[in-house]
Amino acid sequence: MKHLLFAAGILTATTAVAETPILTVYTYDSFVTDWGPGPQVEAAFEATCACDLKLVGIEDGAALLSRIRLEGARSDADVVLGLDTNLMSAAMDTGLFAPNSVTADYALPITWTDPVFVPYDWGYFAFVHSADVEMPGNFRDLAESDVKILIQDPRSSTPGLGLLYWIKAAYGDEASQIWEGLSDNIVTVTKGWSEAYGLFLEGEADMVLSYTTSPAYHLIAEGDDSKTTALFSEGHYMQVEVAAKLVASDQPDLADQFLSFMVSDAAQSILPTTNWMYPAVTPAAGLPDGFETLTTPQKALLYSADEAAALRGAALDEWLSALSR
Amino acid sequence: MAERAQPLSPLPGISAALLVAALIVGTLVAVLVRAEPGRGLGVGDLAALRFTLIQAMLSAGLSVAIAIPVARALARRRFAGRAALIALLGAPFILPVIVAIMALLQVFGRAGWLNDVLFWVGLPGVQIYGLHGVVLAHVFFNLPLATRLILQAWQEVPAERFRLAAQLGVNGWAMFRLIELPMLARVVPGALAVVFAICLSSFAVALTLGGGPRATTVELAIFQAFRYDFDLTRAAMLSGLQLILTSIAALIALRLSRADGMGDGLDRSLRRWDARGPMARVCDTIWIALAGAFLMLPLTALIFKGVTSIVSLPMAVWSAALTSVLVAVASTTVLLCMAVPMAAALATRHGRWIEVAGILGLAASPLVIGTGLFLVLRPVSDPSNWALPVTALVNAVMALPFALRILSPAARDTALRYGRLGCALNMGGAPFFWRVFVPRLRPQIAFSAGLGAALSIGDLGVITLFATSDQATLPLQMYRLMGAYQMEAAAGAALLLLSLSMGAFWILDRGGRWHAEA
Repeated sequence: MKHLLFAAGILTATTAVAETPILTVYTYDSFVTDWGPGPQVEAAFEATCACDLKLVGIEDGAALLSRIRLEGARSDADVVLGLDTNLMSAAMDTGLFAPNSVTADYALPITWTDPVFVPYDWGYFAFVHSADVEMPGNFRDLAESDVKILIQDPRSSTPGLGLLYWIKAAYGDEASQIWEGLSDNIVTVTKGWSEAYGLFLEGEADMVLSYTTSPAYHLIAEGDDSKTTALFSEGHYMQVEVAAKLVASDQPDLADQFLSFMVSDAAQSILPTTNWMYPAVTPAAGLPDGFETLTTPQKALLYSADEAAALRGAALDEWLSALSR
Repeated sequence: MAERAQPLSPLPGISAALLVAALIVGTLVAVLVRAEPGRGLGVGDLAALRFTLIQAMLSAGLSVAIAIPVARALARRRFAGRAALIALLGAPFILPVIVAIMALLQVFGRAGWLNDVLFWVGLPGVQIYGLHGVVLAHVFFNLPLATRLILQAWQEVPAERFRLAAQLGVNGWAMFRLIELPMLARVVPGALAVVFAICLSSFAVALTLGGGPRATTVELAIFQAFRYDFDLTRAAMLSGLQLILTSIAALIALRLSRADGMGDGLDRSLRRWDARGPMARVCDTIWIALAGAFLMLPLTALIFKGVTSIVSLPMAVWSAALTSVLVAVASTTVLLCMAVPMAAALATRHGRWIEVAGILGLAASPLVIGTGLFLVLRPVSDPSNWALPVTALVNAVMALPFALRILSPAARDTALRYGRLGCALNMGGAPFFWRVFVPRLRPQIAFSAGLGAALSIGDLGVITLFATSDQATLPLQMYRLMGAYQMEAAAGAALLLLSLSMGAFWILDRGGRWHAEA
């Protein structure tokens, strides 16, 4: 009898599971790890949606987009979370992403009007350095100094590409001269963010390309206030991380619900201290303690998705020839 | 050898080689089929190709040139800790790239030990970034492998040769020319080809230590084509180029290497009467000490860094470690099922092409294999269900070239020495394979298995293309830790990885040998 009851219990449980809709979200690797926002976001969303949120982690934003392109219209994904403005144009060209009706009171330094991509967090690129030393206040001074920096390769990493646009946005046609000036400051160029940041923590350079929010991690998670970022007078280039639903999604309503959730207070209050970026919408409780210590650039630089796509090839060639000399 | 009757059947080996070739070429074709017309190859690719070739040739040449005296010293000397040193020699080779780079920088970096010492003595510091840094790192990775390959050949010289030489008063240069040079002529081209092929597909090492875009390799261009341009045609073309270059290198090497063996011996333990002079003693000691220091110092740095955090590693890391061990078991099994029959077939007629098929595993871009498999599997089944089997399979294919290099000389000798006897006894096919071939090759099989398991544990491989969040291997988990600012935990994970790899290597390599040589 006991066994029968047990079996019946399992059967009902399985049917219950089968009826629960599954929302599949492709995102980057660091989002889904135990230290990232994934576990908390999943719990919070599942508490409201009567669904099963399946987060699939795929390396980084660029890998994410190329996975979606590989899978095409037959993709299992309902939502892609983790592209940025530099990838948006290529993503739009695939025709795989659908518009949504999410609205929010964005706390971005720019106005956001894109109908397809929903921004969920953002940050400024910046050079992180040890707080006990003075660092140059702009790229020209940096190029003239003998400060050593670590950067990422724009051909293989998002921050690397960000720096390319940063210098282009600040200096336009002079960008190439700035790069030539910087070439003797650059210790090395790494494949991705982790390698560069790891080398910096080992003491291989004075500064590393990261985000203005990086010191917040050290301060809040490790109680270490020895890191800060250099404030550059040209302004700082932004990275806006976005999510969008796919045309081929079999759960379009749930996908919309998830996108709205990502800009709601519940998700936005999780992001700052797990993804270590600024929330796209300031949570009701404000930013976490410690964020007020971060460097605030006077000017935010950002190319629109189309501008970024149009500039990329020429800017890359400029970078290559300046640093290959 | 070609026309002689053989008790070994080449068929299983040929099938395995065809399977490997099908996997490598098939995935490339799968990528091409999915590709839209792309940009094709450009001027920048020529520069990348030139740099790739130069660094690979320098790295291979230097690794093997240093490996010869080190292997000679190890072959001639017996000392306490020799076995441990030889086992540890395998360590750099099996480390994930990023861990090895970090370890090297602890010693040679701007804030490394070497510069500390130089500063303390009052000398100017050294700069590791540049072509020399790339070569240094590749030598760090490949010197141990080259040493092991050459050392093994040294130890396969029948002890009777040295005994006879000693009776005839042969020593010094004459000993080198009569016995050691022919042996080297047999093993060195193959070792060069393997190291060259490994360095050809280098990416992160070349970029990070090369100091900038001057150090762009073909593999980086493949990565860029996949990730940022989504130009699959270009990726497939570049990968094809890598395959062709490696095949050419492998064919040249095999043509140069002489196939005749050292003849029969009675498996006596090796004694060297010629190496007892004080000069030889001092020379050997210096080589062993230098190579030991060069390889051990960065590993020591790794242990120092990781030891504090290894005890407090998060649960996810331990479960990833378990996954890695299971993948390694599967991968090693697949490896042996392919490598041993292939080695048997090598000893028969079709040798050259089988070796080329085997070496292709090194030149194939993991990104292309992974993407190709993804494209092939996707219409049939959810690729993430296949993450672990595919990782095990690809790891096995990547380790195959090493296994073949290790197995093939002994396989040839066995066929040569026991083939006639086998035929005379009418002991063909399976009985000869299981009763003579496999037992004769036991030390080599054990070494291959150890290397295969260790490589599989340490390799990031293709899992990044398939895995979902709950199926990480240890290297992937380590990268995830680094991506989440958890650099200390990552150092602990790296140490755990090193210990597991070394442990697997040690158990298999030692466990498979009945007399404790090499």
